[in-house]
Amino acid sequence: MLEINNLACTRGDHLLFSGLSFSLSDGELMQVQGENGKGKTSLLRMLCGFLMPAEGEIRWRGENIRELDEEYYAEMIYLGHLNAIKDELNALENLRISAGLSGCEVDDKQALAALRHMGLRGRETLPVKVLSQGQRRRVALARLLASDARLWILDEPLTALDVGAVGLMQELIGAHLNKGGMVIFTTHQPLEVAGVETRRLTLA
Amino acid sequence: MSSAPASPARLSLPGLLRLVVRRDLMLAMRRRADVLTTLIFFVMVVSLFPLGVGPEPEMLRKMAAGVVWVAALLASMLSLGRMFMADYVDGTLEQMLLAPQSLSVLVLGKILAHWMLSGLPLVLMAPVLGLQFDMSVQALWVLIVSLLLGTPVLSMIGAVGAALTLGLRGGGVLVSLLVLPLCIPVLIFGTGAVEAVTSSTSVAPHLLLQGALLVLAAVFTPWVTAHALRISME
Repeated sequence: MLEINNLACTRGDHLLFSGLSFSLSDGELMQVQGENGKGKTSLLRMLCGFLMPAEGEIRWRGENIRELDEEYYAEMIYLGHLNAIKDELNALENLRISAGLSGCEVDDKQALAALRHMGLRGRETLPVKVLSQGQRRRVALARLLASDARLWILDEPLTALDVGAVGLMQELIGAHLNKGGMVIFTTHQPLEVAGVETRRLTLA
Repeated sequence: MSSAPASPARLSLPGLLRLVVRRDLMLAMRRRADVLTTLIFFVMVVSLFPLGVGPEPEMLRKMAAGVVWVAALLASMLSLGRMFMADYVDGTLEQMLLAPQSLSVLVLGKILAHWMLSGLPLVLMAPVLGLQFDMSVQALWVLIVSLLLGTPVLSMIGAVGAALTLGLRGGGVLVSLLVLPLCIPVLIFGTGAVEAVTSSTSVAPHLLLQGALLVLAAVFTPWVTAHALRISME
């Protein structure tokens, strides 16, 4: 379970939000809402431990994530604005390497299956630089399939995706929640998952 | 979700090290120009000296080790900026910071790959360049050994500087100013070893001290670099 207690965030001298508290339990889906510049990405980056909270703490299974460190990282996966894929490598190499960095060893067969599931059949061994923005995003999202993380932190996962891929994401998130996973995400597009109530957190 | 693997195998620490080294080498092989520029810079700087100071064998022999070492130092500075930059720009570094095994081991992998791409080629090229300076065979051997012990230290200290200056404008010059003073001991013992051959004193102390520097750097710099990367990411 993820618990946020009295969290505050400052960027420079500017206070983005303060006194933020919520918790996320197994099987729950939370959407972080707010206008541009209200601190959605900063909140997610704090959950990843990139940013230090100005105040308050973030707890995972009752312990501060700063102290858990690598134990926490093994149970979460983060997908940011940047795709974290290399133009010089092909989709398959990219997926195998990024899965490896997040601690999971996937073989060619598993990686191919994940890429095909993301609708990249026939594009697996093309250099990523010839793929479109949406296809690159799909390569990045394929990491979700190759991981066994409990907590998914997704920053604008739907950027550049077409309608089909958005449907695929809804399915993926639904299946993850069914297995008892947790998802916290930001998006400016509607994202509803059948059978799950989306909790909404608005930063103002 | 039949296609999703139920529970992927966990990657071990040596596995992570191998993965990172292989990844960086693979990326470099697809972008060969970067590797070659460092090597060509090294060859050119070293070759300029005999042209500039004139063909006096006695003088050339005396300055050989110093010239090769200073050129190696400068060449290794050239490639430092690239060490984390590409990963920082495309978001891979964020994912690396979230690696559940050990960021220090991951950084060690990156340092090793950096040395293989920027240090090792210099070591292999040095004996050929040494011939321009009329170095004796024994002096050439000692030069190779001292470079083998010293260039990894340059990559390690350089990694700390590169991590600290990540994302700063004009970071390239700043990193040289930060790192070069710290590399002075490597330079002193490196050239000292070759000079010991020419003055027929014992080579061992210089090489042993270089080895000690290497061990010290290998233990501390990956850890320090990992912390510097976390700071740069805020």
